[in-house]
Amino acid sequence: MKTVNQKAWFFVLPVLVLVAFNALIPMMTVVNYSVQETFGNNVFLWQGLDWFQQLLTEERFYKALGRQFMFTGLILIIEIPLGIAIALAMPRQGIWVPVCLVLMALPMLIPWNVVGAMWNIFTLPDIGLLGYFLNNVLGIQYDMTQDPIAAWITIITMDVWHWTSLVVLLAYAGLVSIPDAYYQAAKIDGASNWSVFRFIQLPKMKPVLTIAILLRFMDSFNIYTEPFVLTGGGPGNSTTLLSIDLVKRALGQFDLGPAAAMSLIYFAITLLVSWLFYTLMTKDDLN
Amino acid sequence: MAKITLSKLRHSYYPTPKQPSDYALKEIDLDWNDGGAYALLGPSGCGKSTLLNIISGLLVPSEGQILFDGKDVTELAPDKRNIAQVFQFPVIYDTMTVYDNLAFPLRNRGRDEETVNKRVMAIAEMLEVTDMLDTKAAGLSPDNKQKISMGRGLVREDVNVVMFDEPLTVIDPHLKWKLRSKLKELHQRIKATMIYVTHDQTEALTFADQVVVMQDGEVVQIGTPVELFERPAHTFVGHFIGSPGMNVLPCTLSDGQAYFGDQLVALEGAIIGEPSGRTEIGIRPEFVTLAASGLAATVSKVSDVGRHTVVECDANGSKISAIIDGAGPEKGSPVFLSFQQNQTRLYVDGWIATQSQEAQS
Repeated sequence: MKTVNQKAWFFVLPVLVLVAFNALIPMMTVVNYSVQETFGNNVFLWQGLDWFQQLLTEERFYKALGRQFMFTGLILIIEIPLGIAIALAMPRQGIWVPVCLVLMALPMLIPWNVVGAMWNIFTLPDIGLLGYFLNNVLGIQYDMTQDPIAAWITIITMDVWHWTSLVVLLAYAGLVSIPDAYYQAAKIDGASNWSVFRFIQLPKMKPVLTIAILLRFMDSFNIYTEPFVLTGGGPGNSTTLLSIDLVKRALGQFDLGPAAAMSLIYFAITLLVSWLFYTLMTKDDLN
Repeated sequence: MAKITLSKLRHSYYPTPKQPSDYALKEIDLDWNDGGAYALLGPSGCGKSTLLNIISGLLVPSEGQILFDGKDVTELAPDKRNIAQVFQFPVIYDTMTVYDNLAFPLRNRGRDEETVNKRVMAIAEMLEVTDMLDTKAAGLSPDNKQKISMGRGLVREDVNVVMFDEPLTVIDPHLKWKLRSKLKELHQRIKATMIYVTHDQTEALTFADQVVVMQDGEVVQIGTPVELFERPAHTFVGHFIGSPGMNVLPCTLSDGQAYFGDQLVALEGAIIGEPSGRTEIGIRPEFVTLAASGLAATVSKVSDVGRHTVVECDANGSKISAIIDGAGPEKGSPVFLSFQQNQTRLYVDGWIATQSQEAQS
């Protein structure tokens, strides 16, 4: 008779418990809310897919989604090339390496709401260093509480300042792992600097850049704290990203059902884009 | 194609070298003849890769000159020297096809596509990679990758010298001999000067017509494989080449005769000059035989290496190896060793100090 050792299940148990409490149970609670209407006091009314239908036909949701994609798209377009450029310019050896690395890591160590508050104060037209300088010294009208474009420039700049370092560090790690022989061979082959970048550095950085883009996509797509502290979604709704809109629904209007439905759609979009991107980027590696 | 001359070459990785040990290369004067197959042999850290990088132009030497056909190229950039170098780990451009990899050096130099195509096809045929020209280079096996990086060097019709920096390190053993004979064949076909750096004596001896042995940044001996084996100019060469290496035994001199302990050892020829310093007798294990009389010794180890038996003996506190045919004596048994006279040499401070028999006759 075949003996089956069931002991192995005990080793999986801690992970199962962890996943249950940090993902499955909260997620199912959200699913539960998304198909019901509640007025508190544990009274629930079955709604079916009403909330989903309502949300997907609503202009407000698509506007927030559009702003979200614009924000993520813009910061990716800026942070990825900028991160690569800084990584290329950083020294590969010598005493400046640790100095550069620490300087790069600093912005990432600052708590998110502090980043938001910092940039808020920094750009105030009356007392902020940047705001005062722009308005009173250079004479440029700049007030992000009034002007949507100024608000957008500020949140994009803040995110670039906060997170480009991540791209730099990942790209740098990819760069230093390239053996010298590649550069020497390229020199002998008469390759130009551009060719060295195009055919050696970029291909060798591809795996880390894939991770960098993925991380930056997910983080920026779910960003909440910094723009909330900085602009609160304003002026008007001009910087109301998906997460800010979501919190307005759930906590501001106490529409728990629609907010839950929106959370699920939000999550599905993040997951889908990440999956598509990762599949496309790693497709070549499999063959 | 060119004759390469290294003149008074010294190199240090320190900005201001003070003592001789600061130099990775100590005064090298060397001629590489056009079309020769050379091996640069030496242990790790002896300066052979440094020397190679100086010839290819990746390093500028601290002192001295490199001449290609009498023209000073010391300061010339690698891509201006028309040299090719194959590295220890295959360097290929992952995102390109094999064809584009081979075409890369030519396209960088602005050759027209027709010329490129002709050269790439010729080289691919020579390296037997024609059937993989359209595949991505990233997916190739290490030996094919190494072939491609070799091909990128050979594709240029004007290449002066092809240098190999331990190119077989990452190749599976059963493919090593294949690639090595391919190299040999390529050398005969394209007749370019080739310099092959290795610490593996078998690779060096099978590839090269001339082997340059290096130690501690100095050239110890240059010669054909046979010369290096038969008459090592330095005890280091004797040690380094051969398996096991040459026996080196401390000896004393008296009246122009060498004594190992109190045993008189007959040398191949007369001692050159008035030796002062450390004196040693060098004899290869191949020329030590077990005899009925001679130097008394005790067998300390017997190893069967296939066709031969290596017998290690103790005599006067020194270890002497002998390679004999057939089974060896028991461990611990007393034996007498006899040295073949024309292969027994005297070394003073490491350098050979006896006249060869040919020189005497």
